[in-house]
Amino acid sequence: MLELRKDIFADERDDNLNEVGKGTQRQDMLGHVTGTSTYFNDHKLQGMLHLRVVRSAQPHARLRRIDTSEAERSEGVRRIIRGSDVPRNLNTLLSLINFGKDDEPTLAVDKVRYRGEPIVAVVAETPRAAAEAAAKVRIDYEDLPAVFDVEEALKPGAPTVNETYPKNTFIYHERYDHQKLRFGDVERGLAQADHVLEQRYQMSPIEHAPVETNGSIAAPDTNGRYVVYTSTQALFFSLDTCAKILDLPSNTFHFIGGTVGGGFGGKVDTLTEPLAILAAMLTGRPVRYVLGREEEMQFGPPRGAERIYIKDGVMRDGRIVARQIRGYFDSGAYTRLSSYAVVKCAAHLPGPYTIPNVHGDIYCVFTNRTPATAMRGFGITGIDFALECQMDKLAHLIGMDPMEFRILNAYRDGDMKAHRREAKNTALIECVQVAAEKAKWPMREEFRRMSSRKDGGGARAAVPSTPRETAATRPAPAQQRTSYDRGLSSPPLEPPPPPPQSPAPSSSHGATRFSSVFGTRRR
Amino acid sequence: MTRHRGRGMAAINYPIGMNLGGDPSQALVHSNPSGKFTVALSSIDLGQGMKSVTRQICAETLGVPVEDVYVDTADSDTGPHCMGSFASRGTHRVGNAVMAAAKEARGVMMEAAAEELEVNAADLETDGRGNIHVKGAPHRAISVKDVAIAAQFRQGKTISGRGIFLVPLSDVDPETGEMSPATCYAHACLVAEVEVDDETGEVGVIRMDSAYELGRALNPRLVEQQLVGGAWMGMSHALYETTEPYYPDPRQGPRDFVEYLMPGPGDICPHDIAVLERPAPDGPFGGKGPGEMCANPVLPALANAIFNAVGVRIDELPITPEKVLRAIRAQGGARPQTRR
Amino acid sequence: MTKTPLQFRHNGREVALFVDGGTNLLVVLREMLGDVTPKFGCGQGGCGACTVLIDGEAHLSCLTLAETVEGRAVETLDGIKTGPNLHPLQQAFAEGFAAQCGYCTPGMLMAAKALLDRIPQPSREQVVEAISGNICRCTGYEPIINAVLAAAASRRASA
Repeated sequence: MLELRKDIFADERDDNLNEVGKGTQRQDMLGHVTGTSTYFNDHKLQGMLHLRVVRSAQPHARLRRIDTSEAERSEGVRRIIRGSDVPRNLNTLLSLINFGKDDEPTLAVDKVRYRGEPIVAVVAETPRAAAEAAAKVRIDYEDLPAVFDVEEALKPGAPTVNETYPKNTFIYHERYDHQKLRFGDVERGLAQADHVLEQRYQMSPIEHAPVETNGSIAAPDTNGRYVVYTSTQALFFSLDTCAKILDLPSNTFHFIGGTVGGGFGGKVDTLTEPLAILAAMLTGRPVRYVLGREEEMQFGPPRGAERIYIKDGVMRDGRIVARQIRGYFDSGAYTRLSSYAVVKCAAHLPGPYTIPNVHGDIYCVFTNRTPATAMRGFGITGIDFALECQMDKLAHLIGMDPMEFRILNAYRDGDMKAHRREAKNTALIECVQVAAEKAKWPMREEFRRMSSRKDGGGARAAVPSTPRETAATRPAPAQQRTSYDRGLSSPPLEPPPPPPQSPAPSSSHGATRFSSVFGTRRR
Repeated sequence: MTRHRGRGMAAINYPIGMNLGGDPSQALVHSNPSGKFTVALSSIDLGQGMKSVTRQICAETLGVPVEDVYVDTADSDTGPHCMGSFASRGTHRVGNAVMAAAKEARGVMMEAAAEELEVNAADLETDGRGNIHVKGAPHRAISVKDVAIAAQFRQGKTISGRGIFLVPLSDVDPETGEMSPATCYAHACLVAEVEVDDETGEVGVIRMDSAYELGRALNPRLVEQQLVGGAWMGMSHALYETTEPYYPDPRQGPRDFVEYLMPGPGDICPHDIAVLERPAPDGPFGGKGPGEMCANPVLPALANAIFNAVGVRIDELPITPEKVLRAIRAQGGARPQTRR
Repeated sequence: MTKTPLQFRHNGREVALFVDGGTNLLVVLREMLGDVTPKFGCGQGGCGACTVLIDGEAHLSCLTLAETVEGRAVETLDGIKTGPNLHPLQQAFAEGFAAQCGYCTPGMLMAAKALLDRIPQPSREQVVEAISGNICRCTGYEPIINAVLAAAASRRASA
């Protein structure tokens, strides 16, 4: 059941509109309920061939020999494609926006870095003939030590997964093995807090599991071009990736898609189009390459796992005064898009709260597993799980209601965010208030009256002085599940000034102490 | 055996569009000689409703009924560049591009109408039902269809428009992480109630109450689709899904829908949703984007509800019955917290 | 490979063709008869996107050997409209916004039709059970369940 709360923020909207705001029927609904919406695989082309890749059976191995002779003689086989057939057999997806180094082959040549990595493509008359021939490809592996844990991968002496990044981390700004976020003095904040809580969180790898698997059909078109029916979530992203890998001008390709059977981030990686087009080029016939469900589950890129350590300093009155975060994104064997998610995660710290001292180190780590990619909430879902579990623990620790604890610390219009931009157009407080109301969750009157549009900014708009880091500053060793009380002897704190109405328990760090700093600025 | 009830909550925000910007989208809008409009995009509809929301944005901007607009997506020969459908960028980025294109097309349409009515274009307005008339004088009107015919066959004008929307790419300071990640944020708070069986470790979700702030809800039915489906996915991520059940051990990965678990139609619960609309200053009609963030609050809200029910903290996803049961046993039994 | 002659009724129309041994019904429908309303989702019987009715009963066409439908009636989403008029289930799915990407929709509709043909006024539990073999990754199922119930109610109203 959905209710529109038009009463809230009504003064910021002009609701006098004709079409926008109406629950108009979807343009594609008739097609969906009649089964006439056309997905890539609903195109049937004369003389279509079927492509299947042979995947690595090992997570990390040198390829000593690839023997395709028996497969080539198999019934119905029209072409075997190897890495040497791929014009530019090294790419990274974000090279299209000049981010990162080419690190991933279309077909592995000398080494495989995850179980399931494509090595050879078989093109045959029927899916069955392709599968039978694929089973006849003989690959001689020389196993290498593999690493599967993000923190193990960072230890000295860990096997190098991907030679493009010998230390198993993506390189940021050509100098760091992680993305930093520095705002205020987190060590000092932690030292002054009444309580410090450090916790470890682990997000699981997740499959997008769209009901339509990844796939494409490529066919020679007139005038030397190729038409490509595709399940991609990003038409030009995929087209330009193909142009690069196949070393052809982008207008060689006519990509058609747009009606996709679910994506959730799992159809950005252009998994099938380059080989489908290459096979069409090499055979002169239409070629279909569609992932089977097991391939999609196991070797389609997942939402990567993330490991997150959070160390928070909180005052008895509920104010969070310091938040330190170390995060490890498991990128799998190649970069794909994880490098991007790391920066997005760093920007998201410390969550939708105004905290005066924030310190983040986020790593993109390579391991010998299926490369991870974008998924719904990319870069945020995992950290939000960690942050909000942590918030619940902090509220419990100081004996405060979790709703009121969120509101007390919520960012408001005019506050300075940790990435050093002013918070605008915020609405966390109102969401908490309305959710509490809906759930009949009791909330004290003063919290029900607070607003994202009041009492932000002022001293809360300042960028705190942030110490320069020396090279010796390294992340502290993982301290897990530590909570300790520093008692009342801590030196008094600098701001954060909390909202003035916030009811503080009788404590030397009472919120009222700071209310004079910025008054009751109204925006 | 006891089943324990508990409630938990979580609050989140979510950045709209690709982090740091630099992710353009384009749109082309043109009219045929009958005054019906086509929007050409290369953007993708993967179920989120791209075609439908851009159609409404275009109709609203042009001032014509939504039935007079058709959105054609994802043909690289006809649709201009779009970065893609991800990062909650569709409504915001593509919507803005469509709005810009429709504005340009509307400008030509109004000029053509002005010429037919022999008035100044600035004195004209649309009625949203397919007519253009002189402000304050509805009888001095011409239909969009007649304008289109006149533009095409008499005036030699193309009623069309081009639009692009780009948030310029932000730098990132290597030392501090100073950056402009996003221009607007969506918000949410969700309360989940669970029932935990202390003999089996099974978690049932009893109900959810939530508030989502998404900028203007451009189409409330589409918003509802995202929020209901997204909450289901959040519940699925929290309690069921993983490709590596014993991560970082890479073995035992599921191969099909029998082994890869997700809640079925019998596992869902009532979900009462409130939508708040604080318009984004740079969103199309204030729209942000509900697509991704709707799943996020569910995961921690469920974890927190489980703690409230039985007193165990499961910090590793997914929260399987095995993990819950081991944790309950490790603490010597369920310890229900204060009922909320 | 030996070809087997096969004859069955496809949405009320008699069809005859030769199939390779081991060919499944989904391939026959999609590749040979050009009826692409049943979808391939897994080929393992796990997702229900390929659901069709065989003699009125819901079956997974990806796991159905084509030869087994000899002489039987196969119904797909392509056949449930009456002329240009949508089936009440189609109408209810549309009105209830019970589709997003639309890929599971044909299978869902057929599973639901099998239910309503057997039990015109099902309970919510019966609807849940009827579609529990069909995976939807977008909607969270609630709108689908409601749409099936709405279709049943509309039939009752018009009956």
